[in-house]
Amino acid sequence: MRSVRIAHIASNTFREAVRDRVLYNLIAFAVLMSGAAILVGQISIGIERLVVINLGLTAVSLFGMVIAIFIGIGLVSKEIEKRTLYTVLSRPVQRWEFIVGKFFGLVGTLVVNTFFMAIGVFVALLWVSRRFQMADGWVLVALYFIVLQFLIITALALLFSSFSSPLLSAVFAFSLFVIGSFAEDLRGFAAMAQGAARWLATGTAYLVPNFSTLNVVSSVAHGQPVAAQLVFSNTLYALVYAGMAVSGAVLIFEHRNLK
Amino acid sequence: MAAIDILGLAKTYSVGFWRKKPKCALQPLHLSVEAGEIFGFLGPNGAGKTTTLKLLMGLVFPSAGSARILGMEINDPQMKARIGFLPEQPYFYDYLTATELLEYYAQLSGVAAKERSRKVSEVLARVGLPDVGGMQLRKFSKGMLQRVGIAQAILHDPQVLFFDEPMSGLDPIGRREVRDLMEQLKQQGKTVFFSTHILSDAESLCDRVAIIHLGELRGVGAVADLTSSVQGQVEVVWQGNLVPASLKAFATECHGTGDTTRAVVPEANQDAVIDALRRERLRIVSVIPVRTSLEEYFVLKLKPSEAAAGVRS
Ligand SMILES: Nc1ncnc2c1ncn2[C@@H]1O[C@H](COP(=O)(O)OP(=O)(O)O)[C@@H](O)[C@H]1O
Ligand SMILES: [Mg+2]
Repeated sequence: MRSVRIAHIASNTFREAVRDRVLYNLIAFAVLMSGAAILVGQISIGIERLVVINLGLTAVSLFGMVIAIFIGIGLVSKEIEKRTLYTVLSRPVQRWEFIVGKFFGLVGTLVVNTFFMAIGVFVALLWVSRRFQMADGWVLVALYFIVLQFLIITALALLFSSFSSPLLSAVFAFSLFVIGSFAEDLRGFAAMAQGAARWLATGTAYLVPNFSTLNVVSSVAHGQPVAAQLVFSNTLYALVYAGMAVSGAVLIFEHRNLK
Repeated sequence: MAAIDILGLAKTYSVGFWRKKPKCALQPLHLSVEAGEIFGFLGPNGAGKTTTLKLLMGLVFPSAGSARILGMEINDPQMKARIGFLPEQPYFYDYLTATELLEYYAQLSGVAAKERSRKVSEVLARVGLPDVGGMQLRKFSKGMLQRVGIAQAILHDPQVLFFDEPMSGLDPIGRREVRDLMEQLKQQGKTVFFSTHILSDAESLCDRVAIIHLGELRGVGAVADLTSSVQGQVEVVWQGNLVPASLKAFATECHGTGDTTRAVVPEANQDAVIDALRRERLRIVSVIPVRTSLEEYFVLKLKPSEAAAGVRS
């Protein structure tokens, strides 16, 4: 019964995103990919695959991040603001079920969106190199890691919006996306630093989401394989990180007076 | 067993961004509503009616006290499946059609899948919106949204209903329909708890009322009992400028306007005044209650603290 309610909330969240024309970003993506494919195809100096995979996957990630952040921050706060929550929470729906449902609704939207973008990337790849190679399979793994990044950033947007204004939440979430992309560098820096700076850098490096290890775009673009061990550890990391952020959002929301 | 038991529920908000000041919206409230009653929760704007309903719905948390609905705690999902709630000025997911919204709410309330579409179309007809199920809610007028709000509250056939200002935003016909609906619900054995600041909405409908003002309960009881100590007033208008001598004793106000004369008299003297006018063969234009007894009671009950509040601020 509980999981059924969460599924209903999630599917309504998906429906909202579709009706709010979120999937229209796919048109922009399609234009970008076909433009890139045609252009690169004309240069034809042997780096077509490299460019298409790099550009394609980076675009998939950025488009998705923007959607995750901008919808994520409003996911719950908009429902409080507009008071649409009143008639939901006066039903046998518990607050945590609502948060979890909303979370899965947006993650589902991002998965569907990424699925269509992935088709675009593979079509572009086929266009420039005329046939698929074995190494193209790794692109799927890179896409999977991008989805794991969405999981984390959606959870963070949800967490921030449970205690701060939408604008601040967007700033926080975006900052963490940028800092998290340099998480490995931060860890490197922490190892070299001394004293207080070391503690600060180490703390930050481990607290921010580690998007560096979730980003295998350039190695995949060079046709390098991804270790099964990395797939496993990244999956675990993303699930734990997102799980904790969603739990934090639930804890805050459970005690909140609605406007 | 009481359908609703409010045990000292209280709410203090802290207001202000920097230096938070406590703002008492509801003082400890004790109230019990019997099963099968239509119970009116009356008070002027800002009295604490919405706060009470939000506390009961678990939308805000009490500073003190507790409540039980159908004998269960207010956060019990089993209880929530058996109540319906119409918020004040309800607002819904405007990207959905009325039918989609109600289907979604039916799912959340645990209505069996095979009954959903029948219940949804039944309830839409019941609130007078049989033909707009397929229209997006963003195109709905305020009155139509109010009706959708009532539909979603009664959709899953709940045992206890909470309506916050159910008549607001409705035209006179709509108000009449909501009244009828509440009476039907009572006939079906449901308990209805509704708030209003419009006394005439409550007067003949409620089995009992509670009067609340500045977050404080001022009186509970049947309307007739509460108002037995006070009287309403009626306005009598007749043609001509003649004022029968016997009438001067009753009329609190009496003045001529052009070719008619207008007098305001206590409700109890209404018949005597009419008799006096007829003896003089004066043509009566109208007899209209200007202040019902409940309104009179309200004015009396609420005056002392309003004066006190005036002194304080
Ligand atoms: N979220 C809030 N924060 C601070 N004060 C509030 C809040 N909600 C209501 N109040 C105050 O509580 C009092 C009662 O409000 P309310 O319950 O909405 O009254 P009613 O519904 O009877 O008109 C009012 O003085 C109002 O200003
Ligand atoms: Mg109110």
